[in-house]
Amino acid sequence: MYSAKIKVTLRKSILDPQGKAVEHSIQSLGYKNILDTRIGKYVELNIDTKSQEEAELITDEVCKKLLSNPVMEDYTFEVVNVNGN
Amino acid sequence: MSKAKFGVVVFPGSNCDHDAYNTLKHILNQDTEFLWHKESSIGSRNVIIVPGGFSYGDYLRCGAIARFSPLMKDVVRHASNGGVVIGICNGFQILCEAGLLPGALLRNQSLKFVCRNVTLNIENKNTIFTSAYNGNGNDKPGKMVVPVAHGDGNYICSDDTLEMLNDNNQVVFRYEDNPNGAMDNIAGIMNKTGNVLGMMPHPERASESIVGGSDGKYLFESVINSMN
Repeated sequence: MYSAKIKVTLRKSILDPQGKAVEHSIQSLGYKNILDTRIGKYVELNIDTKSQEEAELITDEVCKKLLSNPVMEDYTFEVVNVNGN
Repeated sequence: MSKAKFGVVVFPGSNCDHDAYNTLKHILNQDTEFLWHKESSIGSRNVIIVPGGFSYGDYLRCGAIARFSPLMKDVVRHASNGGVVIGICNGFQILCEAGLLPGALLRNQSLKFVCRNVTLNIENKNTIFTSAYNGNGNDKPGKMVVPVAHGDGNYICSDDTLEMLNDNNQVVFRYEDNPNGAMDNIAGIMNKTGNVLGMMPHPERASESIVGGSDGKYLFESVINSMN
């Protein structure tokens, strides 16, 4: 069994008004050195398969097809073996 | 009787499906049926309305899950064969997710849900969706007043796509006063072949005077005329 940890964020070129609002709030707490705040999504899922390679392939496919929209989002992921098979 | 046979798609969470049905069936007296998203075929329907609402609770991204429902496969097939498809609000988001229209809809720049009447400039009157606005039907020539009600209506696409949309007159409606930060004030676009329309404002909610305006009605009349 493999576990995929996926992060989906707005593409760098796209203004993130949620991130901006949060950053504004952080700075009003006094943290003037906090910059470039971006908000994204975190998805965790398990994949019942035998090989790391296949798990990564499946994760990439699912990210492309459903979990992200390439017009506005980028994704990164990490796949780890969770039961030592 | 017109040759148009309207089908209004219903997803879990759709909430403008009945507005669309009412406008088509009871105001414009058209042959209209609801289409449940689990069905595999649009059957005899030849104009498909993908209505507004919050399909699947807007989980993940607006429209991202609805786009994979069984019925949408047949809607995509219909559109690819030149069939007429209109996506309104959440329907527009679904059509973008399904790849029937370019671009995507982001959270409103204000981060607030916006619900009010807006004035649209009708940028292209030579479409099957806008031809009836050439007459003196609507109050202000070249413009229409219809409501918006959305949290994610901020249209975005790549620079190349924007150039293509402008060059091919695919931008059908622009906001006079942009309510959501949409690129180039875009309120509605169509595909290159002119048979698929997506728009954030709600023409189906402004199709009789008792609801405050009837400018939206001419959009559906345009489609009906084009089918005859």
